[in-house]
Amino acid sequence: MNFLPPTPRAPAGPALRVMRQRAIQAATVVLLVSTACFAIIQSLPGDIAFRIAAGRYGYDQVTAASADTVRAELGLDRPAWQQLLAWLGDLLTLDLGTSLVTGASVAGELGLYLSSSLQLAAAALAMALVAGATAGVLAASRPGGVLDRLTTLWVSGARSLPPFLLGLVLILVFSVHLGVLPAAGHGTAGNIVLPAVTLAVGLSGLFARVTRDTVAQIRQSDYVRFAATKGLGGGLVFLRHVLRNTGVTLLPYVGVQLLVLIEGVVVVESLFAWPGLGHALVHAIFWRDLPMIQATALALALLVVALNTVVDLGTLALDPRPRRRELVL
Amino acid sequence: MLSAAAAAVAVMAACAGEGAPRGQAAQRPLKVVGQFELHSLDPSTSGGFFTRLQVAETLVDADLRGALQPGLATGWEASPDGLSWRFSLRPEAKFHDGTPVTAGSVAAALETARTKAGTPLATVPVAAITADGGEVRVTLSQPFAPLAAVLAHTSTQILAPSSYGRDRAVTKIVGSGPYRVERLEQPATIELTAFEQWQGKKPAITQVDYQAAGRSESRALMAESGQADVTFGMDPTSLQRLKQAGKLTIADVTLPRTILLKVNAGHTILGDVRVRRALSMALDRESMATALLRDPEMAATQLFPPSLPEWHRDSITPLAHDPSGARELLAEAGWRPGGDGILERNGDKFAVTLRTFPDRPELPVIATAIQAKLKNLGIALDVKVGNSSEIPAGHQDGSLELGLYARNYALVPDALVTLADDFGPTGAEYGAMGWNNATLTSTLNAMARGTDPEGLEDGRRQATDILQSELPVIPVAWYRQSAVVSHRVEGLSLDPFERSWRLTELTWAK
Repeated sequence: MNFLPPTPRAPAGPALRVMRQRAIQAATVVLLVSTACFAIIQSLPGDIAFRIAAGRYGYDQVTAASADTVRAELGLDRPAWQQLLAWLGDLLTLDLGTSLVTGASVAGELGLYLSSSLQLAAAALAMALVAGATAGVLAASRPGGVLDRLTTLWVSGARSLPPFLLGLVLILVFSVHLGVLPAAGHGTAGNIVLPAVTLAVGLSGLFARVTRDTVAQIRQSDYVRFAATKGLGGGLVFLRHVLRNTGVTLLPYVGVQLLVLIEGVVVVESLFAWPGLGHALVHAIFWRDLPMIQATALALALLVVALNTVVDLGTLALDPRPRRRELVL
Repeated sequence: MLSAAAAAVAVMAACAGEGAPRGQAAQRPLKVVGQFELHSLDPSTSGGFFTRLQVAETLVDADLRGALQPGLATGWEASPDGLSWRFSLRPEAKFHDGTPVTAGSVAAALETARTKAGTPLATVPVAAITADGGEVRVTLSQPFAPLAAVLAHTSTQILAPSSYGRDRAVTKIVGSGPYRVERLEQPATIELTAFEQWQGKKPAITQVDYQAAGRSESRALMAESGQADVTFGMDPTSLQRLKQAGKLTIADVTLPRTILLKVNAGHTILGDVRVRRALSMALDRESMATALLRDPEMAATQLFPPSLPEWHRDSITPLAHDPSGARELLAEAGWRPGGDGILERNGDKFAVTLRTFPDRPELPVIATAIQAKLKNLGIALDVKVGNSSEIPAGHQDGSLELGLYARNYALVPDALVTLADDFGPTGAEYGAMGWNNATLTSTLNAMARGTDPEGLEDGRRQATDILQSELPVIPVAWYRQSAVVSHRVEGLSLDPFERSWRLTELTWAK
């Protein structure tokens, strides 16, 4: 983190500038997100102690006595600002605390959920990217051709199929009917295939669409035509000019989709009993497990910042032309 | 596209199951799938996972009829005044870390257990639990006859001293049962291996994997695809589909659990017993059980299901559907239809709120069925589906009017323990509210003191009569627990008390 005054400073490279901006952004996000989470949870209806007790003891065993125990143990009687300060203080020492419901360390639980979510997202993204980008490039090679029309069909088909239904179809085909893959669960290598394919199918359509349009547009551009005119072969033109320029458009798009994959796949996670971040966040909110909610929201927010940083740096590497004028004295 | 895909699902569902792999059973672990996730290792909050999986033992066990059996304790006796109980332990019993089970470690585990609020042991008048020679001694401050039954509750499971970390928090599960924990990945995975030093009959299946899957569709597909050997928590529709497909075995048992309407009897409208009776008569339990639970036998005719043979009475007058009787009772109580069809009395409308929660998926559906039936009588029922804790919270602050939930009367094998608490003089979160009956209180107290073992039968009759006519809670339906079993395994019998999944009795099919 860099808290130096913004006045006279040495000219920094664009990469360094991106990093510095993002670090400041990360610090702001941490503060805003945890405060907002805390305020929202406090303002939700219902008695927090009863909610936590329901999460801990199971619903038949929640009594006023167990709720009181929870209240006393967790200091829920304290004024809200004291509770918030205590959490921020812990955060400064990188202590995420323990879950109010399970009593386990939040960092440990978050680690499991985060790594499962990242694994799933990475597998889905890789599949979608390979399938989608390849289809897009091929479709763009002859706009209006058979392949192009097939791709359009695939894109609209894949996008209109709800992931929940697609997941069920995949389970029926590959687990129930063919018996080659486990239907749901987590822990063995085969478990990731079906949820990843479910997510990848929808995504590959989007990637194919974006790649196709971008490639088709770049192929029409002056610089590609010039490259062809000066005598470069088709392959070289594609590698040097088309691919790189497509990357500039595709990379930010992939970044955004990766975020959606990590954060917004609760439906697929629950169908395949996959212990991901979305699942964790939903449970934590249901039980008012404040440290877990705050830590999960924080992880998600920081992930946005981190991914944006990677995307910015990647775009910068692909397209190093200066983004703004700098006066170097 | 969507309809094409839906058609594909239907076609594939129809021919599903044929390609499921079979054989090579003995090489792999037994796969058990259920809906519940493991959130905590503490015996008071782990939802009975480790006793059901036979990893940890309780001092006292129970058979399939709820009769008490030796567990980790081989026997027990109470002093004549009922204030001092001695439990002798199974000699040679060992914890999974290899250390012997001593009276000292058992007493320490129980002393920790009784500090947990909301557990049955916390409500027993215990003065001290100590090791005395090779035995465990429980000293009471007043007699409590069902003590042994309370020590069969999962929250009193005995864990080794090495299970506890700082502040007596449970950090790992080291029990003394036939299976030991091999690997835990909270919240969804538990892997077990047979405990080599278990002195009893060795289980035929030596490895067990438990996997939680939250959605019932996923569980049904796991069962159908052969991924799961034993699957719990089936929704009525999937169960019916699997039954019709006929490819899997289905085991079932009626649970001592009742879906009921908790009534705030301190409420100006609901305090009138005629109104409570009218509400009960308005319910078409048989239709609800048939249409919503897909199981007509589960229509409750009284509070206690047949799986509680000591409390269920065939001779009692059953609760029946009688809309015209209900109208007469309401008229007698002074309720007349108003201009909008809603009943009125002295200018007040008959409008009440029912709270329920979706953790058990049938509850919101039953709530709306009740809403429709009461509307026919001119009662405006507002259904609020929220979090389960809103019922105990509403009991506490007095704002609850009606609550719909399922109550397990055999959390402790002797239903008396739960009843004495639920229908005590001040009521309870999952029992009576604003209602008490001196005869019932004294009957239940006398039974709990255990001074007159001969009077137990009379006591039960008296208690059930009072509950049936006063209706402090209105029974709606009973519960059946089903498990889907693959053809790879044999020998599953379900425990109506849900104490154990009895996996040690399973064998691989020949």
